[in-house]
Amino acid sequence: MKYSYYPGCTLRTKAKDLDAYAKASAKALGFELEEITDWQCCGGVYPLGSDEIASKLSSVRALKEAKDKGQELVTLCSACHHVLKRVNDDMKNVEDIRTRANNYINSDVPYEGETEVLHFLEVLRDKIGFSALKEKVTNPLTGKKIGAYYGCLLLRPGKIMGFDNPENPKILEDFIRAIGAEPVIYPYRNECCGGYISLKEKEMAENMCDKIMSSADGFGADMLITACPLCLYNLNNSKANRLPVVYFTELLAEALGVKEAALNE
Amino acid sequence: MSNVKNSSEKIKEISGANPLKCMKCGKCSATCPAFNEMDIKPHQFVSYVINEDIEALVNSKSLYRCLSCFACIERCPRDVQPGKLIDAARQLVVRKRGQNYLVPDEIPALLDEETPQQLLVSAFRRYRR
Repeated sequence: MKYSYYPGCTLRTKAKDLDAYAKASAKALGFELEEITDWQCCGGVYPLGSDEIASKLSSVRALKEAKDKGQELVTLCSACHHVLKRVNDDMKNVEDIRTRANNYINSDVPYEGETEVLHFLEVLRDKIGFSALKEKVTNPLTGKKIGAYYGCLLLRPGKIMGFDNPENPKILEDFIRAIGAEPVIYPYRNECCGGYISLKEKEMAENMCDKIMSSADGFGADMLITACPLCLYNLNNSKANRLPVVYFTELLAEALGVKEAALNE
Repeated sequence: MSNVKNSSEKIKEISGANPLKCMKCGKCSATCPAFNEMDIKPHQFVSYVINEDIEALVNSKSLYRCLSCFACIERCPRDVQPGKLIDAARQLVVRKRGQNYLVPDEIPALLDEETPQQLLVSAFRRYRR
């Protein structure tokens, strides 16, 4: 199975390992990620102003390329996933945005939100299946107590993201079980890490991440997993930095026995 | 301010939100992780738009404390979308020439070894036009 793949700016720079582990794992699981040609940065945050068009075009171009190839579009970074999914929803359901964006990209056939946007975790859950994933695990992470950190962008707004129950998600916990480890449920797992606020208001983000770390630590987690490079950065800057934070793809590659190979490719 | 009416309408137009649907339950403020850092709280923000007190909004530090975490938007029982109103008020400010909250010259001093690109593009998109 071949999917279109949108890596995003950070997966080419600070979060290369998030990408490398995912690709090696995909190969081990029998699917391929084919990168969108000449993709442009999604902008990191979804433009909330209803009159914004130019800032949505990079997403529209990527979505359209996937449609032209007849493929579903896979993302890894929580922020890219959020932006692409919401712009796609606009193209499907908001006539004004659809018309103006199509005028900009000026293609013969208008793009109308046909592409299915899937986060890598959704591919694991809905295409591979967590029970099939479990069978492919050669190196189960037995005994590891792992806290899933969801953050905001994968879950909210629930009506548009359709990722999981936004108030009580379980996809990452199911993932943790599939790779042989034990999930730790803690109340702050879908609280905000501070996001972009950490650029100018570092202390504010630190305080928020302290609460997340203390919560996970208090409930007995050994480590946290995330899909978001900015969450990882903010959590690592927490003053109560007691727990290691890693990308979920690193543990996936480890469980599938392809961790070493991933970084040598 | 001579164009008060204008600005309030503009916020409603940019946000696409209708503040009149608010029933003042306060759930948005109760759930906001930045509540303590805001001078005008999310539920108050909605009332300020209704009362057309735009001068206070565009000078509020809440514009730069909102995290766009969508907790208020997810949990509002009336779909008022306070986070979108805050974003629209921020747009009123940063779309004016010279009113950006973040300028490129500031960036080098804000970086460290691990700063992800995602942080820079996100902040640029929220804080300037």
